[in-house]
Amino acid sequence: MVIAAPQTVDVDVNAVIDKLKEKFPEAVKNDTRQGYKGVIVDKSKLVEVATSIRDEFGFDYLSSATGVDYLGIADEMEMVYHAYRTTGGPALVFKAQTPRDNPEIPSLIDVWPGVDFQEREVWDLYGIRFPGHPNLQRILLWEGFNGHPMRKDWKEAYFEEDHKPFESRWPAGHVHRIEEKNAYGHNVMYPADLDLSRLTDTSEESLYNSLGLGVDVQDLTGEGGIKTDRLVVNLGPHHPSTHGVFRMVVTLDGETIETLDPVMGYLHRNHEKIGERNSFLQNMPFTDRLDYISSMSNNLGYALAVEQLLALGARYQPPTYRAEVIRVLMAELTRIVNHLWSLGFLLNDLGAFFTPMLYANNEREKILDFFEATAGSRLMCNYMRFGGVFKDIPERIHSVVNMVNDKVRDYNTMDYLTEMINERLPRFMDEYERLLVNNEILKTRTVGVGVLPADRAIAYSTCGPLLRGSGVAYDIRRSDPYSIYPELDFDIPVGQNGDIYDRFMVRVYEIRESLRILKQILPRLERTKGEEVVSKFNYLGRVPIGESYGRVENPKGELGYYVVSAGDEKGPQNPWRYHIRAPSFINLTALGPMSKGYKVADVVTILGSIDIVLGETDR
Amino acid sequence: MSDLNLRELHNTEFPIPDELQSNLAITSLSKVYNWSRRSSMWPLLFGLACCAIEMIGTAASRFDFSRFGMEVMRGSPRQSDLMIVSGTVTKKMIVPIVRLYNQMPEPKYVLAMGACASGGGPFKEGYNVVSGVDKYLPVDVYVPGCPPTPQALIHGLIALQKKIDGQSLANMDDVPWYGVGPSEPTPIPILGPDVIDPRQMDIIRRQAELAALGKPYGVRELPAPQMKAVVAAKGAAPAAAAADGGEVDAAKAERLRKREEALARKHAAKGE
Ligand code: SF4
Repeated sequence: MVIAAPQTVDVDVNAVIDKLKEKFPEAVKNDTRQGYKGVIVDKSKLVEVATSIRDEFGFDYLSSATGVDYLGIADEMEMVYHAYRTTGGPALVFKAQTPRDNPEIPSLIDVWPGVDFQEREVWDLYGIRFPGHPNLQRILLWEGFNGHPMRKDWKEAYFEEDHKPFESRWPAGHVHRIEEKNAYGHNVMYPADLDLSRLTDTSEESLYNSLGLGVDVQDLTGEGGIKTDRLVVNLGPHHPSTHGVFRMVVTLDGETIETLDPVMGYLHRNHEKIGERNSFLQNMPFTDRLDYISSMSNNLGYALAVEQLLALGARYQPPTYRAEVIRVLMAELTRIVNHLWSLGFLLNDLGAFFTPMLYANNEREKILDFFEATAGSRLMCNYMRFGGVFKDIPERIHSVVNMVNDKVRDYNTMDYLTEMINERLPRFMDEYERLLVNNEILKTRTVGVGVLPADRAIAYSTCGPLLRGSGVAYDIRRSDPYSIYPELDFDIPVGQNGDIYDRFMVRVYEIRESLRILKQILPRLERTKGEEVVSKFNYLGRVPIGESYGRVENPKGELGYYVVSAGDEKGPQNPWRYHIRAPSFINLTALGPMSKGYKVADVVTILGSIDIVLGETDR
Repeated sequence: MSDLNLRELHNTEFPIPDELQSNLAITSLSKVYNWSRRSSMWPLLFGLACCAIEMIGTAASRFDFSRFGMEVMRGSPRQSDLMIVSGTVTKKMIVPIVRLYNQMPEPKYVLAMGACASGGGPFKEGYNVVSGVDKYLPVDVYVPGCPPTPQALIHGLIALQKKIDGQSLANMDDVPWYGVGPSEPTPIPILGPDVIDPRQMDIIRRQAELAALGKPYGVRELPAPQMKAVVAAKGAAPAAAAADGGEVDAAKAERLRKREEALARKHAAKGE
């Protein structure tokens, strides 16, 4: 395990843009819309420009690619790309526009293979076609679904108004249940030309066809004697070790994986569509439900994105110092919670059935008690606000010493935190490491398995422990710092071989580093006691027109929020576009290539080592 | 259940001598069935969304639902009695869920955990969200919360045990699985342009006919809110309401009169 040195973060993006415009005077223009950043690239030159951005300007990491529908504003659809350098620094934002009736933008899959799933998602939800993409199939919904739901003119069955709260639900003070208004009593809607004579479920069939698995007959007598038949196996969506409703279609040659295709969308709960109808603040509790193990840091990412927008306005007040301290406290505790959970489940997948998980969970419960005392809920904290946090940490807290058969005790919160951070968690980590780090079975199953080389890891836009396990020291807390991380002292652990064991160790070391950060947070908490934690103006204020991309180093990797405000000056305000760059979703791009050639039992472990959560994958 | 307490099973109609109390029980078949079933519920190891995290938390050592005989989470539906629907049910997922339910052997129960499984929850508006698993499966216990705390889930499981305690072998409406012959599987939803419930084919056909005629379809007009009537009833004198005739109105008026009397008494008491 190597501890990486801090990175350089001064990149002059404007200079890069100037050079880019010099090189492509025809194709690249500044984005001059109010509150927008970056450049607009002519779509016919997109691949060329992108290649140059990657190779000549060194923006080798494509963080996010997403679509926006500007119906009513510009009658255009747009793809927005955020590229970064893996050596650190801010983003180069570039966009490509296409008319709404026949939207088409060249695929960037040859430049950055990491756009694979993201382009499929945009095709699925916006209906933008990507010529050059080898497998442009729906990814979150099923083949045959009616329309492209994220388009602004697509309305769902329970749709009523553009803003919440829906007034039609309580005419004259009475509640109307929306089910009663729908003739089917369900959340469904059929097109007028529904063909009742041909109602068969073809979603599975077209899935297999798109994977090239439509033909079952195999050549049994190839060269070199009898060949075994290729076997198609479905893991999931109901499977104990897929960590939720995730599905993998695997073709096997004997026990060896030939191909592996992730199938997702079983938890696609339309977060973005719902989010564009909520007000900015109403989205905060929804972000909890993305990566539901680390809700606190999800809140932080969204708060950062909207604060960037608020900062465009005149009367913005940045969060107070105490608010930043509390935010970092919560984010790092969340990292520990998440890593404890994922280490436990990784071992579970290796066959250490539940014992390590139960031990890790005990420590997690202690932290959850603190979350509950502070935010009111164990999991869904809904704690951060624009310009701070929702309230200060409490004076006293109720918890237990032992997780089994103990009475509830009353603690001073600072004592509780100090004891937990300085003694309890380090002690636990010592024990955990002693038992596991050099464990022979663990090593045999993980060393050299599921290898992802560094260049592939960058190309697939992977992030978090998966990327760092492959030896790339990219951690947003250092590379594109936010909050008070620049003044804190911590290192970024990176692996060398990019195998499962390295990812495991990166997480173990990250818990240690988080504890180191938390030790520096405690005196700051004491020092700032009594200061304000939120400014009222910021969450009552209006969000100015513009776009922003707020990203944080979530425990699972880079979580980014792309928010566009169309800025209705008077009426109700809601985000025009609310996109989530989910680390789990994009990390899965690497799953197929990583699993090829390994055994079925290894796939489960490889998946466990990516550490996905479905709320975020499918959104 | 470590100690078998036979006293729990006694049917008090038949007295048992004191010295045999811990050796002998005379009871009904239903009670034995129910008692053994409720004491070893095996849930399906099946997590859908955020609520599943709290379900695992409930299974872990701090809350530990094995204290209630439920620790044997089964990965296979063939071996489980209870489906805890822990999370948001999407249209894409309802198909496998119904399949899993059909594969569970009877007697089987469904517990809807959390706001999503009970009625759609925060994501109810979504185009890919089923607003409540009860649109497709019969639900026995609903546990509110988003997510329900482990305590709430355990409470729900205890409620389910109580429900089982009350079931009877003799009453077939109560427990359909003791009837004659195999029971019907729930029809599997179809993923067409939107999810299609085969049981709704008639409604869908009728709406499609409307659509073909170019009429509005898929929506239902609701009667205007009944606000005025209620206000009028409150305002009118009880005697006048009674004069309208009709049993319902009379009962209503009677209730109103009693309430007003009670209010008057209360005011009088305060005044003193
Ligand atoms: S009820 Fe809440 S916690 Fe449970 S699955 Fe739904 S959103 Fe998640």
